[in-house]
Amino acid sequence: MSLKLPIFMDNHSTTPVDPRVLETMLPYFTEHFGNAASRNHAFGWRAEKAVELARDQVGALLGASGREIVWTSGATESINLALKGVAEFYKDKGNHIITAQTEHKATLDTCKRLEKQGYEVTYLPVRDDGRVLPEDVAAAITDKTILVALMHANNEIGAVHPIKEIGEVVKARGVLFFVDAVQTAGKIPFDVNECKVDLAAVSAHKMYGPKGVGALYVRRKPRVRLVAQIDGGGHERGMRSGTLNVPGIVGMGKAAELAKAEMATETVRIAAQRDRLYAKLGAALPEIYLNGPACDSGWRLPGNLNVSFAYVEGEGLMMAMKDVAVSSGSACTSASLEPSYVLRALGIGEELAHTSIRFGIGRFNTDEEIDYVADHVTKAVNRLRELSPLWEMAQEGIDLKSIHWAAEH
Amino acid sequence: MAYSDKVIDHYENPRNVGSLDKSADDVGTGLVGAPACGDVMKLQIRVEDGVIKDAKFKTFGCGSAIASSSLVTEWVKGMHVDQAMELKNSQIAEELNLPPVKIHCSVLAEDAIKAAIADYKAKQEKKKGL
Repeated sequence: MSLKLPIFMDNHSTTPVDPRVLETMLPYFTEHFGNAASRNHAFGWRAEKAVELARDQVGALLGASGREIVWTSGATESINLALKGVAEFYKDKGNHIITAQTEHKATLDTCKRLEKQGYEVTYLPVRDDGRVLPEDVAAAITDKTILVALMHANNEIGAVHPIKEIGEVVKARGVLFFVDAVQTAGKIPFDVNECKVDLAAVSAHKMYGPKGVGALYVRRKPRVRLVAQIDGGGHERGMRSGTLNVPGIVGMGKAAELAKAEMATETVRIAAQRDRLYAKLGAALPEIYLNGPACDSGWRLPGNLNVSFAYVEGEGLMMAMKDVAVSSGSACTSASLEPSYVLRALGIGEELAHTSIRFGIGRFNTDEEIDYVADHVTKAVNRLRELSPLWEMAQEGIDLKSIHWAAEH
Repeated sequence: MAYSDKVIDHYENPRNVGSLDKSADDVGTGLVGAPACGDVMKLQIRVEDGVIKDAKFKTFGCGSAIASSSLVTEWVKGMHVDQAMELKNSQIAEELNLPPVKIHCSVLAEDAIKAAIADYKAKQEKKKGL
């Protein structure tokens, strides 16, 4: 089989739509195009039936009932609705929210807005491997705390928080628990009852479904309340108005069904590919450093590999490996020139953060691609190290920390 | 963000990569930037009778930083040091079509050549003093 270039190995950012998902969606564009809210004709009934099936499929993936699923435009909206909706509804109960420094911007920026409105937010630091531990959460809970909002797994470094144990301590204190399960839903087991979760955000396009559709799980027993953030026709039991994206929802349902059925075998294969890639890079290149939990710790997403290639700047490296689509923690493209806040929160120095590359392995990556990428990256790193004054100085035995860098900020 | 063809050309075929003997009297070395900022440039020149005869660089940084330093070594070869001192980052940015977020790469390249010339001149002053 010949290799098709470029290779997509950035599956944390998005995933291709599975052809089986697309096939399921197609009739809902042209043939069964009805509005799921049309209660008086066959077109509406057909659309509603499809939406309700998808609700059950997504619910089943999370160990929830379909009736606890609220459709949204994606995880960013789900997160906004959960945090703002809960904060507003429970404001008489308290004004304190707990989250972590390594959360996605959708959570962090929503929390910042809530702070401006008078809420208090604790941004928990993380351990060296990027995880928040139950005792860290327990210590931060006060009698004003209404919500703990954490991701199940981190999108950059793949660190999986011990959500089940955190759920225990959060529940013991009678606080609501929101989990951003975008990176884990359909990838590793996540059960809202086992983890004592009250609200959870998921996205279709991270699990081989279409872009523009997501869901928010909202617990019914005991009932969790929200103030809607989008007003209108009162769809989704009043929690999210707006005509449902029927083809997208059908696709998300099918994607959830496939992920649930194939998770056990897919996880093993992807983890083996990740380990193969890391082993090959480690054998070929000195001075590379894994960011986040050890691959065999059980606390790392199977498809995630985040590595710093010392003395080679990440964006420059991505340019050298243009046949491979990955992502870098060197935010060299951003106006601030600050490297990844997630890597910084782990205590990784800025100089190493600038050299990091995130590989995201997914359903459609082959072993042949893994070998190609390992080889391609090795060549690129070697070429750029020959070009790097820092590599030259390190080889000469100069301690880079001993130098007074003029531009140090 | 798409790179310009000139950046890609310099990145893929960098001119004058390497090092000169930094202890030699006729060599000036400029080392600018910082690892924590994601850019470090080392630019060296060898000068004869005030004229830059050779220039070499090594850069840790993004494609635009590598291209900026590569371009500068190409430009300054054959220039008088006083002429090279006049080099402006805006000329580099214009030649490479750098977008606003990459202007700092051209600034660093200007700093690097100025630092190399200053190092060379300091060596000459020291030599005269002895």
